[in-house]
Amino acid sequence: MFDVIIIGAGVTGTAIARELSRYKLKVCLLEKEEESAFGVSKSNSGIIHPGTQNPPGSLKAKLCVQGNVLTRKIARELGVDFKETGELILAFSEEEIFRLHQLRDEAQTLKVPGVRMVDQIWLSQNEPNLSRNVLAALYAPTAGIISPYRWVYDLAEDALDNGVEIRTKSLVENITVGGREFTVATSSGEYKSRFLVNCAGLFADDISRMVGVDDFRIRPVKGEEFILDKKLENLTRHLIFPLPTKTTKGILVIKTADGNPMIGPTAQEVEDKTDLTTSNDGLQKVLAGAQKLVPGISGKDIIAYFAGLRPKAGDDFIIRREEKVPGFVNVAGIQSPGLTAAPAIALMVVGILKSCGLTLKEKLFFRSHRSKTTHLFSINFSQARKLIQENPAYGDIVCRCEMVSAQEIREAISRGAKTLDGIKFRTRCQAGRCHGSFCTTRAMKILSEERNIPLTEVTKRGIGSEIVKKDRDHD
Amino acid sequence: MAAALSAQENGVEDILILERDQFLGGILNQCVHTGFGLEYFKEVLTGPEYAERFIERIKAIPGIEVSLKTFVVSLSADKTLTFLKPGKLETVKAKALVMATGCREKTREMVHIPGTRPAGIFSAGLAQKLINIEGLLPGNKVVVVGSGDIGLIMARRFTLEGAKVQAVVEIQGTSRGLMRNLVQCVQDFDIPIYFNHKISAIFGRDRVEKVKVCKVGQNYCDVPGSEFELECDTLLISVGLIPENELIEMAGAQLDQKTNSPVAEGVNKTSIPGLFVCGNSYKVYDIADSVTRDSELCGKMAAEYLKELAGKNRGFGKK
Repeated sequence: MFDVIIIGAGVTGTAIARELSRYKLKVCLLEKEEESAFGVSKSNSGIIHPGTQNPPGSLKAKLCVQGNVLTRKIARELGVDFKETGELILAFSEEEIFRLHQLRDEAQTLKVPGVRMVDQIWLSQNEPNLSRNVLAALYAPTAGIISPYRWVYDLAEDALDNGVEIRTKSLVENITVGGREFTVATSSGEYKSRFLVNCAGLFADDISRMVGVDDFRIRPVKGEEFILDKKLENLTRHLIFPLPTKTTKGILVIKTADGNPMIGPTAQEVEDKTDLTTSNDGLQKVLAGAQKLVPGISGKDIIAYFAGLRPKAGDDFIIRREEKVPGFVNVAGIQSPGLTAAPAIALMVVGILKSCGLTLKEKLFFRSHRSKTTHLFSINFSQARKLIQENPAYGDIVCRCEMVSAQEIREAISRGAKTLDGIKFRTRCQAGRCHGSFCTTRAMKILSEERNIPLTEVTKRGIGSEIVKKDRDHD
Repeated sequence: MAAALSAQENGVEDILILERDQFLGGILNQCVHTGFGLEYFKEVLTGPEYAERFIERIKAIPGIEVSLKTFVVSLSADKTLTFLKPGKLETVKAKALVMATGCREKTREMVHIPGTRPAGIFSAGLAQKLINIEGLLPGNKVVVVGSGDIGLIMARRFTLEGAKVQAVVEIQGTSRGLMRNLVQCVQDFDIPIYFNHKISAIFGRDRVEKVKVCKVGQNYCDVPGSEFELECDTLLISVGLIPENELIEMAGAQLDQKTNSPVAEGVNKTSIPGLFVCGNSYKVYDIADSVTRDSELCGKMAAEYLKELAGKNRGFGKK
């Protein structure tokens, strides 16, 4: 019997799990995929928003500003790189400049720090590759970037270290409510708890319906994103935004924690919650949108692309206790700025659980700090030399495009990577310009050795995505 | 290896070969098919046999030192290399440097094929490595995208392994590969080949399930109504090769934006004096014998550069 079950190990679920792990509670985090972050979170662009572009009075507005501060603090504790790049929202006409002034005033009401207008001279000095048609921009210095996967993994690992039980490959099939007790039937068995938190992302409406609350729908909004070669790391210094529309923040030029710039996303409502296809149309739209901001970008620079689905449930987040079902908390519709808001959402949810009667007694020892993971690509040569002398396997390069060593891959596996995608998200092995042509076999072998599974059971992202069909040596 | 041997024959006494793999020979090791050496050795050899001829000669020459599992992480314009190997990070400065870094395959992403991103999409070279080196069969029902030589050779290889090759789909009107590969690897096995066709979508969530094929007209535009689907669990991408020149780019050498080859006055040269590029990293060749010939000329050129340098400096050029 758990005190709290959380459904969904995306950024919201893991942030809540970690926050709850401060207290003397039995907490279980259920995830249907093979690893954490494999749902909505993995296709996040990794932007930590400053808090602009949200309607005042909304949950999004409040939690985004708080989340920006909390993310920095927790990222420091967990050893995840957060880089404050700042963002620029561009205006191409007098009318758009007027809209920027409105956005600035809203941001100031929301207490977003340091937001100010910058002119063409400032832009030509600080962001030389921008389109010459830009007349002015709104500068928000507190915007930043983080690796969305490494962020979720570190939140999950820290929660695990502090006693949270994480059950992956556990698809929730049915939930029964009886006498202040939830029984959650999953593909990996049955779990019982006194409190239940729904962070099921795209499937939050389905989960809520199982519990008897059927008053919202998740409508997926697809976003296609295109990743550029790392050679263009210095294409821009800031995150570059157009003016937001009513529904989206538009097509951006994004800096990422891994160095590769990214362009996108599109915003297209789709019916199918599993539709992660990319399209020619998406490519054309994103290229045109990005080139409007930074004209030097070309289709030739694209080395990878993907699509993600935003779990939209109306205009704002849904974060609330459900009076109809005591002990049940919905955390749904967490689309942008959900990644930024997650640590603030976690605090809010812990507060809600307390108000529902959950007793919060702090543990004497909460391990809030983790050692930083090692990445050769992010350190200098003298640091690398020292590392390799201490452990020769850091000098054994597996992924040539992104400079990832055998040791980094082994560490990723020891910290929880179970699939090639899990290794890729943690280390960048296979994520470069050759797209795994040269390193996939080696990564497969390391995964097979470390997990003690046959090569035929090595998967891209879980059962059904095995890489090879047959091993001639072990038939 | 051909460049090193030629440089040595032309008087260079102190040569270091840096190789990132654990063997010499590079991609030849996974090319177990025959057809190598017809011009150069006047014999029919497999890739590994072809490589072995050079490896034996290299091993017999004390002036050529080989460092395996060695990964160069940086190159500067003064030809200083920094490399990693298990247990070591070292720096070495060369008087002349020959890059023989080969090429890499274009990916599905570079030709922007839309659809899902499941397991089962391989570059033809990766599939070749899985089958020939690791003894692993990537899939049972295969569609080959593009008609590059590796793709054609792998169409035959998969068929011999008992897999069904559904089709080769080539966007151009003719094969990109050698005529002999088209005949011996595709036509002789009755594998359908669709010219002027492209893959317009990939389906399958976890593993490839099928692809949509579509005829293309002028400027590679889709011909409406020409679409059909092919079931498959594996997609091999063989749409061309790109010279691997990221290191010389890092050193500041100019590259042709379209081909990724160095831009300079003269074959095998770069915009940096004493920095040479040979074989497939200079330009993608059809056959290994051309790569060997090109590399021999390049090795000689490096030797001549060192002689000139020595003449200028009155010392004798090593390395």
